[in-house]
Amino acid sequence: MSAPPPNDPNIGAPAVPDSLGTKTLEKAMPWAVILGMFVLWELICLVFNVPVFILPRPSVVTETLIRLWTPIMRHTTYTLWTTLIGFALAIVFGVALGVAVGAWRMVYNGLYPVLIGFNSVPKVALVPVLVIWFGFGPIPAVLTAFSISFFPIVVNVATGIATMEPELQDVLRSLGAKKHQILLKVGIPRSLPYFFASLKVAITLAFVGSVIAETVTGNRGVGYLMVDASSRFDAPLVFAGLIVLSFMGVGLYLVFAEIERRTTGWAHRGQEGNG
Amino acid sequence: MAFVSLDKVRLVYGAASSGTLAVQDASLSMERGEFVAVVGPSGCGKSTILKMVSGLLSPSAGLVAVEGQRVTQPRKDCGIAFQNPTLLPWRTTLDNILLSVEIAEEHSKSYRRDPKPYLDKAHELLATVGLTGFENKFPWQLSGGMQQRASLCRALIHQPQLLLLDEPFAALDAFTREDLWQVLQNLYLTRKFTVILVTHDLREAAFLADTVYIMSKRPGRIVSSKRVEIQRPRRLDDCFKPEFTDMVHDLRARIAKELEAA
Repeated sequence: MSAPPPNDPNIGAPAVPDSLGTKTLEKAMPWAVILGMFVLWELICLVFNVPVFILPRPSVVTETLIRLWTPIMRHTTYTLWTTLIGFALAIVFGVALGVAVGAWRMVYNGLYPVLIGFNSVPKVALVPVLVIWFGFGPIPAVLTAFSISFFPIVVNVATGIATMEPELQDVLRSLGAKKHQILLKVGIPRSLPYFFASLKVAITLAFVGSVIAETVTGNRGVGYLMVDASSRFDAPLVFAGLIVLSFMGVGLYLVFAEIERRTTGWAHRGQEGNG
Repeated sequence: MAFVSLDKVRLVYGAASSGTLAVQDASLSMERGEFVAVVGPSGCGKSTILKMVSGLLSPSAGLVAVEGQRVTQPRKDCGIAFQNPTLLPWRTTLDNILLSVEIAEEHSKSYRRDPKPYLDKAHELLATVGLTGFENKFPWQLSGGMQQRASLCRALIHQPQLLLLDEPFAALDAFTREDLWQVLQNLYLTRKFTVILVTHDLREAAFLADTVYIMSKRPGRIVSSKRVEIQRPRRLDDCFKPEFTDMVHDLRARIAKELEAA
């Protein structure tokens, strides 16, 4: 590589020109990648003549999805509900525990090892225990979703509160601020960006949790649908289930990303510049 | 009677036997309305002195007293500003300043009942430091100097008797810094509070203070003090007069001697 000539017109220009074309391309990229992936998948199956019961083509999966739309949606709504209930529980308990762990050293010292240990347990190993306790209803799925999505929320909220600048604490204490005032006026608002960041991770984990439980215990839900289909070698239906799950995951991720953008825009000012 | 006095104060961080001795036998006393600067080599315990006066830290030995009363817990009539302006990014400039009256006990109730007088006071303060028009901007929309002005306002809105400044202008460029010296001097002259300014900038100390205290290397002791006899209001031109430069040279020589002594 040679050095650019001294009067290169590109010197001093922004690395990526801010033209309309680049912007549109940036927006189109995710769709292009998804579409390209499906096209590639279709082509590979056609070229190598892959049997449908091993890897069905996207067109076959789509056909199944449309044909069995009503039953698939019934299972999907069920999974969506168990996931959301488990996730809501995770938010309530995660925030409460996160605030406690972040604000009080004693709670942190007492609970952190237990939390880490709890989180190290593979959640799939919990499902049989939950079945013994709660039977084959929706409860094991709700609790698995809860237990798997709870930890990131606790850790993030606690981090947001515990990393408050010491100078700021000094300013507040010298005004005579009580612990709860520091927490309400500064600790909790400042942990919000951490909280929302954790929600985006936690919601996808919650899906993993409820589907895992459904594959073991269920008589309903997408997890059950997929296990049932695979026992009948109905690969197109298994893949239809996978696609529905990923769409739900992306959808909920986007919902929480949007909530994050609206509530804590101040924490992401880098991209918008000084207004 | 002295307004603030430190008598043979000693402070050890950590365990008494194995901890770091930060301040040793520091004594000083200042009058109400006096502007004191504390200078010394870095790590000499200047900030520790401030924290003890405000009651955020208790001395390991010796006596810290304000208005003749021993300081045992954080005092509520102090305003503090640090090098880092620590404004809250989700609050506007105005709301950041009002944080002080939302929290300070003797103001919070009357503020909630009728915020109007406090709003007026905040606007007035913002005008004095030259931030009119920036009330509704967020901290990240302000320059470093403007953030530091807002931080000064936050430290003053509850009308503290004692203003504690820990290298407040250290991170600013030279022009902004000199500008803020004058802003601080104006505030001091109109509001008549008592100030302790910790700094390593000798010109800053000489320009702003009535008395400059010089600390030794760690463990910090107060080794000497110097009155600044230049009349107020001081102007930036005064910094170039021979008596001012002589004084800065003298301060510099005393600190250099301290550094050599160890």
